[in-house]
Amino acid sequence: MEKTPKWVDVALIPFLNLLIAFVISGIVVLLIGEDPIKAIKVMVSGALGSPYGWGYTLYYATNFIFTGLAVAVAYHASQFNIGGEGQATLGGLGVALVCLALPWPHWSVALVAAMIGGALFGAAWAAIPAWLQAKRGSHIVITTIMFNFIGASLLNYMLVNVLRPRGAMDPATARFARETYLPTFHDLPVIGQFFSKSVPANISFFIALLACWLVWILIWRTKLGFEIRAYGRSESAARYAGISPVKVIMVAMLISGGLAGLMAINNVMGQGHRLVLNSVEGAGFIGIAVALMGRNHPVGVFLAAILFGFLYQGGGELALETTIPRELITVIQALVILFTGAFDNMLRAPIESFFVARANARKEA
Amino acid sequence: MDFGTIVEILDSAVRLGTPLLLACLAGLFSERAGIFDIGLEGKMLMAAFFSGAVAAVTGSAWLGLLAGVGGSMSLAMVHGLASITFRGNQLISGVAVNFLASGFTVLIAQSWFQQGGRTPQLSGHARFEPITLPGASAVKDVPVIGPLYSNLISGHTILVYVAFAMVPLTWWVLFRTRFGLRLRAVGENPESVDTAGVSVIRLRYTAVAITGVLAGLAGTYLATGLAAGFVKEMTAGRGYIALAALIFAKWRPVPALGATMLFGLLEAISNRYPNIDLGVVTLPIQFMQAVPYILTVVILAGFIGKAIPPRAGGQPYVKER
Amino acid sequence: MVDVQANEAGRQATAALATQAPAIELKGISKAFGTVQANKDISIRVMPGTIHGIIGENGAGKSTLMSILYGFYKADAGEIWIKGQRTQIPDSQAAISAGIGMVFQHFKLVQNFTVLENIILGAEDGALLRPSLAKARKELKRLAEEYELNVDPDELIEELSVGHQQRVEILKALYRQADILILDEPTGVLTPAEADHLFRILDNLRKEGKTIILITHKLREIMEITDTVSVMRRGEMTATVKTAETSPEQLAELMVGRKVLLNVTKTPAQPGKTVLEVENLRVVDEDRVERLKGINLTIRAGEILGIAGVAGNGQSELLEVLGGFAKGTGTIRINGEEIDLTGKHSDGQSRRRRGISHVPEDRHHLGLILDFAAWENMIFGYHKDAAYQKNAFIMDNAGIVKHTQEAMERFDVRPPIPTLPAKSFSGGNQQKIVLAREIERSPALLLVGQPTRGVDIGAIEFIHKRIVELRDEGAAILLVSVELDEIRSLSDRIAVMFDGQIMGERLPEETDEKELGLMMAGVVN
Repeated sequence: MEKTPKWVDVALIPFLNLLIAFVISGIVVLLIGEDPIKAIKVMVSGALGSPYGWGYTLYYATNFIFTGLAVAVAYHASQFNIGGEGQATLGGLGVALVCLALPWPHWSVALVAAMIGGALFGAAWAAIPAWLQAKRGSHIVITTIMFNFIGASLLNYMLVNVLRPRGAMDPATARFARETYLPTFHDLPVIGQFFSKSVPANISFFIALLACWLVWILIWRTKLGFEIRAYGRSESAARYAGISPVKVIMVAMLISGGLAGLMAINNVMGQGHRLVLNSVEGAGFIGIAVALMGRNHPVGVFLAAILFGFLYQGGGELALETTIPRELITVIQALVILFTGAFDNMLRAPIESFFVARANARKEA
Repeated sequence: MDFGTIVEILDSAVRLGTPLLLACLAGLFSERAGIFDIGLEGKMLMAAFFSGAVAAVTGSAWLGLLAGVGGSMSLAMVHGLASITFRGNQLISGVAVNFLASGFTVLIAQSWFQQGGRTPQLSGHARFEPITLPGASAVKDVPVIGPLYSNLISGHTILVYVAFAMVPLTWWVLFRTRFGLRLRAVGENPESVDTAGVSVIRLRYTAVAITGVLAGLAGTYLATGLAAGFVKEMTAGRGYIALAALIFAKWRPVPALGATMLFGLLEAISNRYPNIDLGVVTLPIQFMQAVPYILTVVILAGFIGKAIPPRAGGQPYVKER
Repeated sequence: MVDVQANEAGRQATAALATQAPAIELKGISKAFGTVQANKDISIRVMPGTIHGIIGENGAGKSTLMSILYGFYKADAGEIWIKGQRTQIPDSQAAISAGIGMVFQHFKLVQNFTVLENIILGAEDGALLRPSLAKARKELKRLAEEYELNVDPDELIEELSVGHQQRVEILKALYRQADILILDEPTGVLTPAEADHLFRILDNLRKEGKTIILITHKLREIMEITDTVSVMRRGEMTATVKTAETSPEQLAELMVGRKVLLNVTKTPAQPGKTVLEVENLRVVDEDRVERLKGINLTIRAGEILGIAGVAGNGQSELLEVLGGFAKGTGTIRINGEEIDLTGKHSDGQSRRRRGISHVPEDRHHLGLILDFAAWENMIFGYHKDAAYQKNAFIMDNAGIVKHTQEAMERFDVRPPIPTLPAKSFSGGNQQKIVLAREIERSPALLLVGQPTRGVDIGAIEFIHKRIVELRDEGAAILLVSVELDEIRSLSDRIAVMFDGQIMGERLPEETDEKELGLMMAGVVN
């Protein structure tokens, strides 16, 4: 019987893959003439050594939770959504339009509206590739890649030609009204005392946590989640069970795009307070790594997002304090995707056969 | 718009289309063999950096070319390892390859040259220089043919001519040789190749290696022909446009030429005329930049003829039951 | 010309050698996949110029044995001797050079290549295609004339009928100078006429001195064409006999290990009111081939209608349309109410609500999600039922697990652990999970396809018993099976399907295998 212990699948293999990714990154650091141990120290102290560091780490993590969940939800329906970047970009547009549209009386009201705006715009940007996949069989990976570029062009156009305030030089919207600024960790009761004023982590982090919980409920506790998972595992069986592929693809991708779009309440509304070009900063792509690492489970996504938040903040510190550019993080991210995703079988096959052999040996004994 | 301007724009289209063409043909070999490759961008970037770096250090464009192809090839082998040996997800592997290149090139560039992730400016023999074809200056003043020959056809670097020569060569290899037959077969139905006693693994690795070489040429051209040196993220999505062109061309070499030159032309036009006034509406530059992607989505949607990829594309070949 | 002469000489040499040594001899071949022993100490001798049949049930190990001979798998133990010489066959290339050609059950052809391109693939003469293609064209013409193997060399494979595609596979082997030809279940996909033609080809090949190994589970084919026959059962070779000296009954007994006559104890049916009415049902598939050509049938409560037929004559399409996941035209009424045939994806669920349950033919791809736990599979398709919901949003997972536990015990699913994924159960236990799910709703109409395919003997009896019990409770049952014995022992009425049509109906006690066989071949109306 093919049976490996669960902890091997959810803990050991991801851990070993991560370890390999870090060891190789360490070698790269050595290659460029720096000390990997020192690099780790700088990163840990910069990202985790102070409330200030945590304030950034959790801010980045918030972005990655949203985009990681976005990839994960689509993945359960066997859709590889590479378009998180574009959907988050459009989500930013949605959030910015909401924030600029009305003189909001209080951030809480603005937040609810901005969440709807961001999610709707993100979902809309996922809707066309989803519809083309569901109805016309167009490969969703390619269409979502194309939509990332189209989204970037669209945002560029909107910022340069439409939303840029008269007389302003840089392609960005006007600054949002103060009333829409989300409370940062500094402003919150209890935890506020630990954080100095300037941290970007804000209340969106808790919304991200809530999103984790809701995604977990959705995927494993609802009829819709059941149908999404069933379709993702076997399209033919889903058809037999009367599950509509069009519905599953559309719903899963709309939720996915919506989650990616929601990210904008953190980076645009919570931190930037205006919409600039490339405000997503690759978070949509990091979502792929986060979902892969987290095995598409919200708890895993949360942990992986914290890890990448740490890497992101630590990488920034690294660039400040050493000569290692922050692109080291991109390399680590690539290696994590490579080893946990594409090279998964490299470790999985030998480890699984080891456990199967052990189980068989026990059975015979 | 006078004739001279048209020739200039066309000339610019050829220059801008060349890296797309090389990358597109690169992708064609891989995908025809059943290995999806969304990592063209990364391979080009890697090649651009290594060619630029080595050319800067040695002063030789040719050594740069060698290094560029080597850099691209190393990523091609990573992709091969993931897709062929470890039977991993080819799309995920492609994503990883792109990020690997994006981070690695800046990291090394900074470490080697300390110029903020770029290589020093290339000049002289460190760049591929334009070749003046025989008789180009003689016919220069002949109306129509003169400018076409001396400005459009003559005066490109060797890599441009190589790229154009690759089109018939690719066609010939694919449709007239044993290797091409097997390559196409392995992308359609690897079992047919395997049961005929031919190694699926070797064929696919060969295809991925050819992809590495051609993507290497594409990246080298960017850094040592089109520009003078490597700049951070200099591929700027060209790998994806090449992928789009490949779909647009329905995985065929001659249409690939047409598609890449069309996309090159779009870029050339938008470089020259940022906003195109059509009377009723003005097409903004952002729209022109998005056109290749929009066209690809339209093609994928099957509204203008269906693009059917090689049947075994994207699936790792597993022999055991 | 020189080439041809050399080949001729070689052929004569092999022919001379053939009189002494067997074309193929396997000695003590064993092969295990994990803990499953697919082949146990198998030995056979096949003489040149003969057709040797290998017969056995699904999963008996026939295909594994042939895959070893063709270099697809490596045997754990044993020797292969070809024409009197010990031969190593590490890969397909080695098998081809040893003169072995294989026609797989699922063809290994490139769909958008021409016949000619497929023929030369892997057997090209040089780096350039043109000379190879020219040579193959000539050779193809010769082979076509010699063996009745006519195919247009320039046609694309996807344009060819299944029968013609199979000819291309045979031509591929012959083009590679194969003198030993292995055919794996070659008639499974053929119409009777195509099968007859295939047998004529095989007979011609035998006359030319070729050696043929025919793998099948159909007794009729063995009796019709083979010279000798080996019987496999559960990985072992139970007997090798001369075909002329055996009978179908004896072979069947050897195959199954006991008398095949399935003993289903059932009382005569007490049919009630009409449950299912099908009128002029037609189905056209994606390739615009008409798969169902106007089916009419009715089933009443408390009776089993068995559909007999060779696989691929429209039975699958009939089940799919009735089950609500394929489009059709015509009329279907359940308890007098007409149902929608437009193929909307919600149909599967509306059918279930109307009391149609469906045990599909293919439990791996349709009936189960192998990665899902047993409890998730136990509600699959019924997951929206109010009984499985805690409230409007949340499913009652704990309750479902408990329900599954009980159902597994009632249906004797082993091990009765609801959290185990479906893929870790044996075929019989998987089928019991599907059956439990579908039968326990007390459906008005049960559709059952191949209920005992790949199921062990013990489970077969259990499954048959349950189906009859459901009938006695008053359900109408449509049973589709390619196993004629199963149809005959379970059905109250038998309808025979051929080429998308019902050839006629018989009562099981008033017909015999011969008559049904002729109807299945489309002969008697």
